[in-house]
Amino acid sequence: MPIEVNGNTLETDEEGYLANINDWVPEVADVMSKEDDLALTDEHRDIINFLREYYEEYQIAPAVRVLTKAVGKKMGKDKGNSKYLYGLFPYGPAKQACRYAGLPKPTGCV
Amino acid sequence: MSETVKKFLYLNRKAPYGTIYAWESLEVVLIGAAFDQEVRLMFLDDGVYQLTTGQDTAGVGMKNFSPTYRTLGDYEVKNIYVDKDSLEARGLTQDDLVAIAWEDWETEEEIENIVEVVDAARVSELMEESDVIFSF
Repeated sequence: MPIEVNGNTLETDEEGYLANINDWVPEVADVMSKEDDLALTDEHRDIINFLREYYEEYQIAPAVRVLTKAVGKKMGKDKGNSKYLYGLFPYGPAKQACRYAGLPKPTGCV
Repeated sequence: MSETVKKFLYLNRKAPYGTIYAWESLEVVLIGAAFDQEVRLMFLDDGVYQLTTGQDTAGVGMKNFSPTYRTLGDYEVKNIYVDKDSLEARGLTQDDLVAIAWEDWETEEEIENIVEVVDAARVSELMEESDVIFSF
C-alpha cells in the first residue's frame, strides 16, 4: 500500500517496505511509526540513521545479530543489546527499523 | 544441546555480474552464518573478480554489491581463500582485492584481513577437510 509523505505518494511492497530506497526522507519514519502507534524518539532516530549509514557503506541491511553488535561498537554496550533494541522496536529491531529507514528487509529475515 | 559444528565451504567460480550466482552465493553465506556453523569461502576461476576493488556497475545496470563482501567478518566468516593460479591467470594480485577485517566482539581479537591467497595444494586440502561444499 502506498504511503503519503509530505504530500508525495511513495510506493511500498506488500510488507510495507519502501519500493525505492531513494524515496526516503526522515518523515517516512514518522508516517510509518504513526501507523504502528509508536511514538518516535531521538533514540529511535539514532538507530534509523545508523542503519542508513550501514546500508550506504555495505549495501545491505544487517541481520539483527550483526546490527546489535555494530550498534554496540559504535554507540556503546548499553545500546548494543537486544533488550534495548527490542524495547525501541518491538516488531524486531532489524525488520521494523529497516522499514522506517526505507531499507529493504534484512537478508535472512523471514 | 550440543550439536556438531560442520565445516562449510562455499566455492565461488563465476564473475560477479552477468549471472546471479555470485549474489546468490553471498546471500546464502549471509543467511547461513546465522546458524553457528564454521563457514569458509573460496574464490577461484572467474570468481576471483568478485573480490576486486573499484567495481563500477553503472554500465550493466546492476546493483554493485562488492561493498557487501566487507561485512563477511561481521557475519562470523573467518576464512576467505583465493586461488593463486586463478589470480595469476587473470593478471591480478592480492593488491587488487578487497581487504576484509574480522573481529571477535567479546575478546576484541582482531584480524586486519582474512583474505588469504593459497596455492593449488592448499585448495585441494581445504576441499578435502570440508564436510559440506557448495559450488556456485
